[in-house]
Amino acid sequence: MSQVLRALFAPGFFASDPVHAALVVGAVVALVTGVVGVFTVIRGQAFAGHALGEVGSAGGSAAFLGGANPLWGFMGIAIVAAGLIELLGLHRPRARDVATGLVLGAGLGLAALFLYLDATSSSTTGVTVTILFGSLFAVSQQMLPSIVALSAVSLLVLAVCYRMLLLSSLSPDLAAARGVPVRAIGIAYLVIMAVAVSLAAETIGAILATALVVGPPATALRLTKRPGGALVVAGLIGVVAVWLGIVLAYDSYYWPPAGHGWPVSFFVVALVFLFYLVAGAVARIVQARRRRHSEAAPRLAASGCAEHPGDAA
Amino acid sequence: MFSGFMVNTWIAATLVAVIAGVVGFFVVLRGSTFAAHAIPHGAFGGAAGAVLIGVNPIAGLGVFAVGGALGIGWLGRRGRHDVATALALVLMLGLGALFLSFSVEYAAAMYSLLFGEVLGVPSDELLPIAGLGIACIAALAVLYRPLMLTSIAPDVAEARGVAAQRIETGFLLVVALAATMTVPVVGVLLMFSLMIGPAATAGSLTRSPRNAIALSVLLALATVWLAVAVSYLTNLPVGFFVGTLGAVSYGCARIWTARRRGRTAPA
Repeated sequence: MSQVLRALFAPGFFASDPVHAALVVGAVVALVTGVVGVFTVIRGQAFAGHALGEVGSAGGSAAFLGGANPLWGFMGIAIVAAGLIELLGLHRPRARDVATGLVLGAGLGLAALFLYLDATSSSTTGVTVTILFGSLFAVSQQMLPSIVALSAVSLLVLAVCYRMLLLSSLSPDLAAARGVPVRAIGIAYLVIMAVAVSLAAETIGAILATALVVGPPATALRLTKRPGGALVVAGLIGVVAVWLGIVLAYDSYYWPPAGHGWPVSFFVVALVFLFYLVAGAVARIVQARRRRHSEAAPRLAASGCAEHPGDAA
Repeated sequence: MFSGFMVNTWIAATLVAVIAGVVGFFVVLRGSTFAAHAIPHGAFGGAAGAVLIGVNPIAGLGVFAVGGALGIGWLGRRGRHDVATALALVLMLGLGALFLSFSVEYAAAMYSLLFGEVLGVPSDELLPIAGLGIACIAALAVLYRPLMLTSIAPDVAEARGVAAQRIETGFLLVVALAATMTVPVVGVLLMFSLMIGPAATAGSLTRSPRNAIALSVLLALATVWLAVAVSYLTNLPVGFFVGTLGAVSYGCARIWTARRRGRTAPA
């Protein structure tokens, strides 16, 4: 048993401080993005989710330039971007698509400027890499309280407007008819997403932020049709992917080419993608079996064909 | 600004702008901004891989761009399109992060690949850029009618038996070709901005497709020329000017059309 464990966890894994911080921060961030992301996928806002994370890097690099805590830079600019996307893309989904793109373009342009100024002012060229790609092992323990607090606040807001948000995501017309302020809920949700995604982008990098806000929720929605269940499953899948990724990245210090480890982002992204594909295969098998079942007993068929929420778009 | 080595830059910038203007019109029309962003951005991973094994980054970009386009098409058939795009993007970038961690000479080269570089267009890269551009335009000319039909009236297209999935994949491949041209000048992160900024501005100013394409190309040219000139003078990254000019021109067009509508509307 201990030999298996030793093969799985390279020596020093449980004693390393950066690993502890990475495990905790990774889990918190994966949980929040997973839960928030279920609505991102249902609402078809994966592009906005990705854009807010990337635009955040402009704020991060600006804060780095000004010597402020990058987290506030990430979050401030992501919230502004969320407002702009909402303001520009009022009319049609297609206008929203273009508005998201233009805000993303402007944000990346600013990121280019600030990163350039960062690199020339401090002569640390590594800034580009750190801000764009992030590193879980570089998370400092001092950040932990603010990360946990912000995560808790966004989950709390999400819990408060859960029913209204769910209804207006699945059927905006029905929600409007019932008196739900669809517009306000949409803006509130975009702000929550901006907080969650920029939190993730700052701590674990923009790639992983996108992967976690889209991958685990999409996987969960393939496995279960109930939104409540999907929230739990998405959070779990996110945490498992991040933890496994950290273990593999730590182990990879002993893999070829020896000398330094493989990046965590690579492992987490690969795992997220793998889970998504496997969930698709599982869902297909279950569906085929159910169809065979319903051919044998046609009376039961009607109860089993709940619409996939994601197919609405 | 126009001497010696800068001539190549002006030629490359002009070619890139023409292609971006034309392809961008269809990107905006079809609402595939995310794919137009994801394909060049993800292809960056391929460039990192090519640098690692000592091949021209253009080859790596091309392989990853085409792979990404096919991957988005394939994943999008079974799941949601935006989810498929996001996952394809992060997978390519994850591979890019892996390649970068193996190679030693990344920081500066990577920055210019991401955000563009006006001073570094060698003469032997002009020919592949021109070739890719011609391939893009030719493919769009062939696809023009089914593309317009599936974008504007999907029902009619379906009734006429146009294979929408195949057209979509074909279009993504065109975007991939256009993305591969970006290595010099604009950079992978801002290529999509050059595609949608001018095209969205043109689309909000005129309704006719031909006028919109022409206007989109003109605006893209203006954007790139201005960006290259200012970048040369100020030494700041081209990507910054391309990204902000795109957003600013769209904002101005929106304000202008809103004002005109307000003036002509009776109430």
